[in-house]
Amino acid sequence: MAACTKGVGKCIFSLRLLRSLQLQHERFLSTSMCRLAAGNDGKFIPPSKPVIIDKTQTAASLRKFLSPEFIPPRQRANPLKFTIERKDMIRRRNVLNIPEFYVAVTMADPNASGKTNRFVGICIQRGGKGLGATFILRNIIENQGIEICYELYNPRIQNIEVLKLEKRLDESLMYLRDALSEYSTVDPEMKPVPISPTGEVPVNKMRVRMRPKPWSKRWERPKFNIKGIRFELCLTPEKMEHAQKWAEPWREYDMLKEYDTSKLEEDIFREVQQGMSNYTSASGNWCNVQRSQALLFVSSISLLYIMSSFNVIALRYLH
Amino acid sequence: MALPQFSRSLTGLLVDASSIVHHRTFSVSAVAAAIQKLTRVRVVDNSTLGNTPFHRPPRVIHVYTKNGVGKVGDRVLLAIKGQKKKALIVGHKMPGERMTPRFDSNNVILIEDNGNPTGTRIKVPVPTHLRNMEGDYSKVLAIAGTFV
Repeated sequence: MAACTKGVGKCIFSLRLLRSLQLQHERFLSTSMCRLAAGNDGKFIPPSKPVIIDKTQTAASLRKFLSPEFIPPRQRANPLKFTIERKDMIRRRNVLNIPEFYVAVTMADPNASGKTNRFVGICIQRGGKGLGATFILRNIIENQGIEICYELYNPRIQNIEVLKLEKRLDESLMYLRDALSEYSTVDPEMKPVPISPTGEVPVNKMRVRMRPKPWSKRWERPKFNIKGIRFELCLTPEKMEHAQKWAEPWREYDMLKEYDTSKLEEDIFREVQQGMSNYTSASGNWCNVQRSQALLFVSSISLLYIMSSFNVIALRYLH
Repeated sequence: MALPQFSRSLTGLLVDASSIVHHRTFSVSAVAAAIQKLTRVRVVDNSTLGNTPFHRPPRVIHVYTKNGVGKVGDRVLLAIKGQKKKALIVGHKMPGERMTPRFDSNNVILIEDNGNPTGTRIKVPVPTHLRNMEGDYSKVLAIAGTFV
């Protein structure tokens, strides 16, 4: 009996510890046992209900993420243009769920042209600002490399689904055109890989092998700054040395080229959040799920402070 | 025991040597361009004319458009195996409009003078916007395997 009570005490203590720790995954842990155990001392402790987490369901992302096309380019255009575009983008985002994805192994499937048409591929580039934002998917179907440039806010797109979320070493994967075909081949029947809603996006540090030379671009040149190619397999050290002739190391000290978007990002992020929640509350009840997601998003900002800074870095990287 | 290893290494050497021999170290045409005269193309149907190896790749010698630039759905005249043959473009390297596919090679299928395809099957995906184009592509679309 004494041993039992001791055990119970230990259990309660550990649960209290858990509660005080306030883990990020607290939703998955039931701490209601503590209260029950305190009520009837050592008599009967009902076992806590098992929490079933459906990993196939994609949960709403708790990461603070602002899509890169929201950040206006540095130019003299009237800022009103970008404000109005942002409004339209938010309206579109309320209808179509545009998930977070990077220039990375991110597979998506928009449907197009009357009867739906599904295309799965790896996103090799994200381009454009505002409503004209695009992304390019690449895949190899029947030994034929195919790329499709999609407009993110095009009304023809019916659904975008991220099958695998990760980052790669480079901001643009255009060199996959000159890499071996296995690196851009994606199975069209691929099942979505579960994504954790919190935490950092995993970085895939894969470095690709290239086809023999002539390439579409001279990827070894410093202006591309590519880290994801195994140059040692296809180029001699002398050639790599020779490519450094085109390096422009003074560019990074050019203060006129600096474009600090961190403050701008904060403002736009707040605007987007507000816009999303406004829209969901104004429209019908089918948006309830989305609204709750938005609220979760807002409440999680303080928790994810560290991660937000990470994402800011990522955004700058993309920019 | 050593013999198979030796033979394997020998075959590996041969393969390497052959790849070196066949591989050109210089680029021979502009990477991103639509189809014009003297563009080398890839025949993607299963016709015998397009699939028998020949020492000269098929080349476009005329494009049947007003501006001389061929895109998806345009007809071209090919010089293939020393003879003239009409062909239909079903994909090119140059990026077209947004939301349409861009292929890694310039693909054509051989057609007769009346527009009927010579082959009976297309081996690579065909762009879906060929469906919406005006013109009689129904026989081409009928022999297409996959659409993208």
